[in-house]
Amino acid sequence: MSEETNTLQDLADQKYKYGFVSDIESELAPKGLSEEVIRFISAKKDEPDWLLQYRLDAYRRWLTLEEPAWARLRYPRIDFQDAYYYAAPKSDKDGPKTLDEVDPELLRTYEKLGIPLHEREVLAGVQERKVAVDAVFDSVSVVTTFKKELAKVGVVFCPISEALKTHPDLVRQYLGTVVPATDNFYATLNAAVFSEGSFVYIPPGVRCPMELSTYFRINAAKSGQFERTLIIADKGSHVSYLEGCTAPQRDENQLHAAVVELIAMDDAEIKYSTVQNWYPGDENGKGGIYNFVTKRGDCRGDHSKISWTQVETGSAITWKYPSCILRGDNSVGEFYSIAIANHLQQADTGTKMLHLGKNTTSRIISKGVSAGKAQNTYRGLVSVHAKADGARNFTQCDSLLLGDRCGAHTVPYIQSKNPKAILEHEATTSKISDDQLFYCLSRGIPTEEAVALIVNGFCREVLQQLPMEFAVEAQKLVGISLEGSVG
Amino acid sequence: MLEIKDLHVNVHGKEILKGLSLKVPPGEVHAIMGPNGAGKSTTSYTLAGRAGYEVTSGEIGFHGEDVTALSPEERAARGIFLAFQYPMEIPGVTSMNFLKTAMNSQAKLRGEPELDAAQFLRRVRAAAKELNISEEMLKRPLNVGFSGGEKKRNETLQMALLKPRLAILDEMDSGLDIDAMKLVAEGVNKLRAPDRSFLVITHYQRLLDYITPDVIHILSDGKIVLSGDKSLALQLEEKGYDAVINKAA
Repeated sequence: MSEETNTLQDLADQKYKYGFVSDIESELAPKGLSEEVIRFISAKKDEPDWLLQYRLDAYRRWLTLEEPAWARLRYPRIDFQDAYYYAAPKSDKDGPKTLDEVDPELLRTYEKLGIPLHEREVLAGVQERKVAVDAVFDSVSVVTTFKKELAKVGVVFCPISEALKTHPDLVRQYLGTVVPATDNFYATLNAAVFSEGSFVYIPPGVRCPMELSTYFRINAAKSGQFERTLIIADKGSHVSYLEGCTAPQRDENQLHAAVVELIAMDDAEIKYSTVQNWYPGDENGKGGIYNFVTKRGDCRGDHSKISWTQVETGSAITWKYPSCILRGDNSVGEFYSIAIANHLQQADTGTKMLHLGKNTTSRIISKGVSAGKAQNTYRGLVSVHAKADGARNFTQCDSLLLGDRCGAHTVPYIQSKNPKAILEHEATTSKISDDQLFYCLSRGIPTEEAVALIVNGFCREVLQQLPMEFAVEAQKLVGISLEGSVG
Repeated sequence: MLEIKDLHVNVHGKEILKGLSLKVPPGEVHAIMGPNGAGKSTTSYTLAGRAGYEVTSGEIGFHGEDVTALSPEERAARGIFLAFQYPMEIPGVTSMNFLKTAMNSQAKLRGEPELDAAQFLRRVRAAAKELNISEEMLKRPLNVGFSGGEKKRNETLQMALLKPRLAILDEMDSGLDIDAMKLVAEGVNKLRAPDRSFLVITHYQRLLDYITPDVIHILSDGKIVLSGDKSLALQLEEKGYDAVINKAA
């Protein structure tokens, strides 16, 4: 065994800071999945009849579907009847009106997670800008901050269940138009049982005055989280949105199957950033979140732009392909991704860029880091349709391996029906060399910090895309995720 | 004060250093010269504590402490610095960021407070100016796409900021043209100080025209076979290693 693998082989305990369980009594739907459960969820949310029908149609379709098996992921068959599809803190009977009415235990939970729910608090960032937060705990939203201030400029930012009451027409007009209920196994499941998520509407010409952010927390045992997020940026508007997520450390696996839909009209821009830090399971692969997520953005208008940035460090299984439909002429799609897999984590993630309009451009920068016995796959599709004259794509997929027991895989699909399209693809695979490590050590930088420094350097182009408020946190997270990956 | 006593070192199970002894008092510049395969690089890596360089017997004493068993970062924190023959590239990490991480890591290991951003910037800018290093170069990823001269100047900058008590220069002149070598040597000479010693490891005599040593040692087959003043370098230049070493033996 080489010197380097000796240095890098001892993949030990990764410390997951957010593994605590909050002692909060939950109201659960009956276990398992059935029409009754779906009616229960819909009734809990006091939903209009069309939505109940939407859910039931999705459920009936879902019963006929098979789980997809094409991803490079190995896991035991999921028993969909052995989970709760709705869990809500009991204290939350009618929904708290103000922060004072929120269960103090819940507030303590978010305090421990470092999420500011008091409007006077702001995330510690260089500029200390304001960030509005929607906090989703299991299946319900606990609180949304800065709503009034946002309402002044016409921005709607609230839980989707609330939007169904306050802006029913908007929700009905756009829900399921980017990711239809028939899209895929997990999206169909989500359409049947989704329980919470954020709704954002930015009116024409408005630049959202602050970062919007949703923080998802799974707490209840044996429960899944099926959130649904819908963001609409009307003509000439601009919004930057960030989601974060954590879950307690539990021995059994928990399911997370979200759907996110983004719609950008003419000249609108949506920047969507994710810091995914679900519980990844322990070093022996026990527990952890199964993350099956469908995220898609529709550049519906001309000159629109959708940019995805993701930092994926958690989950036992990640199955996620944030995509862009470049429908409007001159629209732009971007995907910046860091996927870190340690221990026995498996990640199969990438993007789809569908060029439909003229002069559409897309850019894909993917950085995969594998350590321990983890398997990390980039899977992407760049598709140029016949009418997409002047389409351009640039793709760069870099993989970094730590040690010699992990794997990195790159599966890019490129389809072009337009002979004038310009498509570029670059890929590299590298290891942290023993020479690099020794160089850092000889300058007084201890091993774990050296690895974090080198990995952060490797991920730099993507980290730079994050809103400043979160970039520092993300850099620390990169270091923490790899803790124990070197001996 | 560096004091190496009867050092034996194995690399991949093969003995490379076979009883190396050496004393470098504070403030002095010592050169180690020797033919290929004599153990020059092994000496510098062993002093810096690289894994895989196994000390089988002997001792490395540094200011009264036996540092033989210490990790590379602990040695760095005690003031041992190695300027690399081939400095490593670290993509995506700017020179500035690397310097800051190194300085703060050493401060932490020594139990000293970390520098604040303003103090750090002032020091880096002052040191960079001395070495003719531009602000732009500090913002580039460490050593990535640097010319040979830029890499060695960057090593010198690190040395200037980390303020070691012992600087080991491993083949500092390799890959440099005369102008670049002069510039680097000038930088090194500025760092000479009464409480700092230098160990200059080199194959060729030419570097010693610019960094004048107090003592020259000739390393052959894993030990010092001859020590003398700077005229020894000229003898070597004239007669070659074989003749000088044979005469010594």
